Amino acid sequence: MKSPRALVPIVIGLLVLGFWEWYVRSGRVEDFFVPAPTQIGAWFWSALCDGSLASATWVTMRRLMLGFAIGAAIGIPIGALCARSSLARDTIGILSLGLQTLPSVCWVPVAIIAFDPTEAAVVFVVVMGTVWAVVIAVQESVLNVQPLYLRAAQTMGSRGWHLWTHVIFPAALPGIISGLKQGWAFAWRSLMAAEIFVAIIDGFGLGALLNAGRDLHRMDLVMGVMAVVMLVGLLADLIFFSPIERWLRRSRGLER
Amino acid sequence: MPANPSSESNSQLTLRHVTKRFNGRAGLVTAVEDISLQVKEGEFLVLVGPSGCGKSTLLSLLAGLEQVDDGSIKLDGADVVEPGRDRLVMFQQDALFPWLDALENVLFGLRLKPGLTDAERTEAARYYLDLVGLGDKEKARPHELSGGMRQRVALARSLAPNPRVLLMDEPFSALDALTRDQLYGDIQKIFTQRKKTIVLVTHNIREAVCLGDRVVLLSPNPGRIRQVFNIDLPRPRRINDPALATLAADITTALSAHLAEPKEGLV
Repeated sequence: MKSPRALVPIVIGLLVLGFWEWYVRSGRVEDFFVPAPTQIGAWFWSALCDGSLASATWVTMRRLMLGFAIGAAIGIPIGALCARSSLARDTIGILSLGLQTLPSVCWVPVAIIAFDPTEAAVVFVVVMGTVWAVVIAVQESVLNVQPLYLRAAQTMGSRGWHLWTHVIFPAALPGIISGLKQGWAFAWRSLMAAEIFVAIIDGFGLGALLNAGRDLHRMDLVMGVMAVVMLVGLLADLIFFSPIERWLRRSRGLER
Repeated sequence: MPANPSSESNSQLTLRHVTKRFNGRAGLVTAVEDISLQVKEGEFLVLVGPSGCGKSTLLSLLAGLEQVDDGSIKLDGADVVEPGRDRLVMFQQDALFPWLDALENVLFGLRLKPGLTDAERTEAARYYLDLVGLGDKEKARPHELSGGMRQRVALARSLAPNPRVLLMDEPFSALDALTRDQLYGDIQKIFTQRKKTIVLVTHNIREAVCLGDRVVLLSPNPGRIRQVFNIDLPRPRRINDPALATLAADITTALSAHLAEPKEGLV
């Protein structure tokens, strides 16, 4: 039963690519404007062979992981604080809501002025992209923990730190995970913005590669990198977040 | 535990002139007013009454989840001011933690009880799961259990840390009739075996007569004690016993008579 379901999108995808290839080759559109799939594939293969794609992906992933980890590490306790104290909610919580709506590209000038065009500037932008979404998600999911669980735990003698680690966080975990997933998506977007705008000599990431493609008028490179960026985001979802979410839902009987 | 030094000999839980008010939409509402009661060691006391009679509020006060505005609640001579392991609660919904399996749920309270080894805790948890007939379900998550089984796990969880008093807040009201009858049997068996002091809140008068040594009838607006009934029927009692039905009818009559009173009747 599984093969037909996977087969249909593959066939459709191949048909679309085939049509694209034929359309470009037939000369109806200039290939420096829209390169054919095989041209993008050729760039992809050469970039893969000379190691430039792998190293750019690695540089980008390293920044993403670092910025995301810092953002989550800051966002989770702040979100918990906002859930606990209405003063924090009315100040930091509202501020987070406002800053979350701020497109993360807006942090790029701040980062460059504060850190010069360095690795720290890029990571800073990623942290700013992540942290507010995480704060809001954690705050909301902690506030939505069923009061009954808290009452039950309190009668059994759970207080303070124990209550947080054994009841509130486990109960809020599904919400926290989807908050992290959202934070990840924001981090990924802000990282691309940062890499395009901040030119760093020592680390050449995917965003810089994309920018180089623009400078060279190499549409095959630009589209190839875009495909890689898309693929990385998709893989992060498929191999990391989705399995965790599915496991959480299953183990709590929210999904069969 | 030291013996109760106060004058109320062999009464374990003492309520004196307990009053509790809430800020409602229509201003200050008195939920319970001037309730005085003594619960004896090993007694099964049932608080019964229509909705709005403050019975659940009273139970929250006993649990320490709410604080009294006037009067006092004492357990073994000490004031009840906060939740504590000596008074465990069974709620209307089972309140089992969905991220833990049945055994871990029962262990939750035990783990917070000092002075036990892990092996002793696990042994106690298994013992109480067996007692409620779920010894083979220890690895099951709450969602894999039926409503009745979940409420049984909740019962095991409340019994396992061996509280002085077990508080039950309408724990049977969400169950189907058949499961409920089974649980009435189980609770009575455990009650006679373990000699536990139990305070049960319910709106089901038959249930009250079936389980209670003493049934306290509360009336609403504000919640006050209307009448106290001693139930001397032999145990185990069956919910369909005619003698039980007669007594339940008497209590229902007393309640209706009160509700029909013009001054404080329902709108």
